[in-house]
Amino acid sequence: MASMRDIKRRKSSIESTQQITKAMKLVSTVRLQRARQRAENSKAYFNCMYDTVTSVLAKASNVNHPYLKAGSSNRKAVVVITSNRGLAGGYNSGIIKLITRGNFDKDELDIYALGKKGKEFLARYGYTIKEDDCDKIDDPVYADAMGISKRLLESYVSGEIGEIYLAYTAFKNTVVHDPKLIKLLPVEPEESQDSEDSSKIEKGATALMNFEPEDEEALDLIIPKYVTSLIYGGMVESVASENGARMQAMDSATSNAEDMIAKLSLQYNRARQGSITQELTEIIGGASAIS
Amino acid sequence: MAENNEMTLKIITPDRVFYENVATMVEFNTTEGEIGVYKGHIPTTVIIAPGILRITNGDEVKEAALHAGFAEILPEGITILAEIIEWPTEIDLNRAEQAKERAEERIRTKTDNTDTMRAEIALKRAVTRIEVLKD
Repeated sequence: MASMRDIKRRKSSIESTQQITKAMKLVSTVRLQRARQRAENSKAYFNCMYDTVTSVLAKASNVNHPYLKAGSSNRKAVVVITSNRGLAGGYNSGIIKLITRGNFDKDELDIYALGKKGKEFLARYGYTIKEDDCDKIDDPVYADAMGISKRLLESYVSGEIGEIYLAYTAFKNTVVHDPKLIKLLPVEPEESQDSEDSSKIEKGATALMNFEPEDEEALDLIIPKYVTSLIYGGMVESVASENGARMQAMDSATSNAEDMIAKLSLQYNRARQGSITQELTEIIGGASAIS
Repeated sequence: MAENNEMTLKIITPDRVFYENVATMVEFNTTEGEIGVYKGHIPTTVIIAPGILRITNGDEVKEAALHAGFAEILPEGITILAEIIEWPTEIDLNRAEQAKERAEERIRTKTDNTDTMRAEIALKRAVTRIEVLKD
């Protein structure tokens, strides 16, 4: 049996770890509230954006616009949103798995990394890190998303890349977050029409939309905004998911530490009792030997 | 007026719902020129150009600096998806004036790698901000 001192030392080390995990849990709870609020605030914007883009596309489905067909290049850009810090359970590995296990060819991918963890992992496995915006994920600002989408669209238009994807973690609620991979460009009109429910189609039929400027020009201006809003939405939701995942991970770490402390306390008390009994037997044995 | 001439106006930004109320007239600048919208407008989607947004509700007039985004106009109301929009109280005049000078400087001392478009947009934004404060 381990000595009393060893057990005590182990116990106090676990106690201090537990304090850290407890504090981290509190911090991520607070951050989660804030991130969630933000994600909810921006929802209205994205829903509206989505409706508008689908209605534009429904009207302009036969327009031969560069944003609607795959570029000539077979290189693909992926915006990978992970966290800058670890200890968030399966949050980061969920996203990384989407990339490594998806049907992507490693040599054809350009990674636009938002988040150190994903960047470091993918760099180690030989992926091309085209751009590194890791500092931006700490506090997502719409202007950052604008910058990223602008650079993405420039290389898309110049033919450097043929497709653009976004890998992020969708925030459903505090405990459920889904790693997701969505295609940003080219926009697939038939897909967006499928996902549109019948009520929206009715709305579109009653209100025939005019566009000023013309459809094609409108696409030119709206699609970049659409891409930006998706990237920003991905950032905001990922931050909420990250804090949710960390909160859960730290919660279970704290309760695991509690279990271990309980087990060690029991062991410690047994060892203490054992040593007292042993001492007593030694004293009694000594005394009876003298008399 | 016996007839109800109010329409709903909803301005949404990526971070918040900026404004949600009724209005009798809404004026703003688009890529096709400045427009004013009353209730019963034909359904239209327009792209916003930097300019002043003027919301008239009865006798009350509100102004804001609207820089980018697009608007969906329906007979019963307008939804503006604004990427950047500010109330006059949120604007720092000194900063706007500095930005204006910087942008003008960039356009004047034009070199090959000057992004003229960007400078012009920055200039327009600064001018809009200053104008909204002056009124």
